[in-house]
Order: sequence, then C-alpha cells, then structure tokens
Amino acid sequence: MSEILKAFWVGGFICLIGQLLIDKTKLTSGRILVLYVCIGAVLGSVGIYKIIADYAGAGATVPIIGFGHNLSKSVLKEVADKGFTGIFTGSLKAAAGGISATILFGFIAALVFNPKEK
Amino acid sequence: MEFYKGDAEKYKRMVKNTEPKSPILFDCIKAFIVGGGICVVGQILTNNFIKTGYSSDDSALITNIIFILATAILTGLGLFSKIGRFSGAGTIVPITGFANSVVAPAIEFKKEGIVMGLGSKMFVVAGPVIVYGVLTSMAAGIIYYFWRFF
Repeated sequence: MSEILKAFWVGGFICLIGQLLIDKTKLTSGRILVLYVCIGAVLGSVGIYKIIADYAGAGATVPIIGFGHNLSKSVLKEVADKGFTGIFTGSLKAAAGGISATILFGFIAALVFNPKEK
Repeated sequence: MEFYKGDAEKYKRMVKNTEPKSPILFDCIKAFIVGGGICVVGQILTNNFIKTGYSSDDSALITNIIFILATAILTGLGLFSKIGRFSGAGTIVPITGFANSVVAPAIEFKKEGIVMGLGSKMFVVAGPVIVYGVLTSMAAGIIYYFWRFF
C-alpha cells in the first residue's frame, strides 16, 4: 500500500509545481511540457531521477518528466553499449513506444471524432 | 483545441472570477489530488503488469499506452477539456497532457486535410517537446561519450 501512497504524493507534487508555474508565470501548458521533459532528461542523465523513480514508481514515470528521464537513460545506455552511434540512436529508442502510441491513437481519434462546439 | 491556445490564461481569469480568496492554493490542491490520483492508477496498472511477467520498463510503457488511449477517447468525446478545466496541471503534467496535446489538434484540424491539417498540426505542442527532449538527452549522450575517455 505504501507504494501507492508514494506514487500519489510524488506524482501529485510534480503536478503541483506545474500548477504553480502556470499560475505564477506566463508559461503556457505547452511550454511547461517542454520544460519538464528537459528537466527530466537532465535529472535522468545525472542519475538523480533514477533515485526518484525507484522511490515513487508510477509517481515518477507517469508525469512527462519520466519521458525525459527515459530519453536520457537510453542515450546513456546506448553510448555505453555501442559508443559514438549511441548518441544518435539512443534517445528516440526509449520514446518510440509512447510517441507511436500517441500517433496511432491520435490518428484514429481524429478519424472517429469531430470537433466539439465549446 | 482546449490545450495549446493560451488556455492557462483563460483558466486563470475564470478562476480569479469565481474564487477570489486564494485561487492559487485551490488550484494547487486540485492539481495535486488529480495528478496524484492518475499516478496511483498508473501504479496499480504497473504492478499488475509486473505480476503478469513484464519487466518494470515494459510495464511502465504499457501503463502509459493505456493512459494515451484513455486520453484519446476522452478528448474525442470532449470530456478531457472539462476535466482539465478543473484539474489544471493535474492532467497536463502526466502523460495524459502530452497525449491530449496531440489528439486535440488532430481532431480540430482534420477539416484542413488529412496530411497538412491532421498530420502536421498534431505535433504543434508535442513537436517541441520531442525536439527539446531529444536535444537535451543527446547533449547528455555527447558529454557522457567524451567523459568515458577520462
């Protein structure tokens, strides 16, 4: 059970910071996504985000920061395994599943649904 | 197209009108609870996939794919924007926000054509996210590559 509690407070806290950024700064939600992915990639590459992910589980992998963490995690792994070419093959390898799923479901949804009147 | 058109500003104004006392605190509580709740669902799903034999990385990926699918359906039905108006960053920061940023413009712009409408506008927000995420992680890869010579 405590595993779920950890996911709740860490995931919730990451969203709370995002809300503060929306309310306190002029950042739009798109910019916050970009900022979070970059923060995730930096924290991931220096090994800090792994500690958070080991602690919080889905609380760290579901927020978009986890996406950035995945990018840098797999770049470092590919560089360690293959050397120079890993710099180029690593990042999108980890993102492949999420991006492909988003494209597929986004495409199908766009065919099935029509824009709603506000 | 609730997501990428300066909706935060609209939302802020709306909240300011209805919640004059401490809107930021209220926003943060909502974002915390909804965002945390999404992660709890994610944790439960991930645990189940790990139990059925997937690695923890694959389990996290399948969990995210389920969230992306759910977001696509909710966005298509017009429900995601309603939830988002309440939860703010609580649904933007999790993978649901990324998925919504793709699905919402894809639906909105399909009238401009399947290729240059749907196909190009779907990445209006996700594009920069991928570009800067990849650049940042490649920078990390380059530094690590040279680091290993020392």
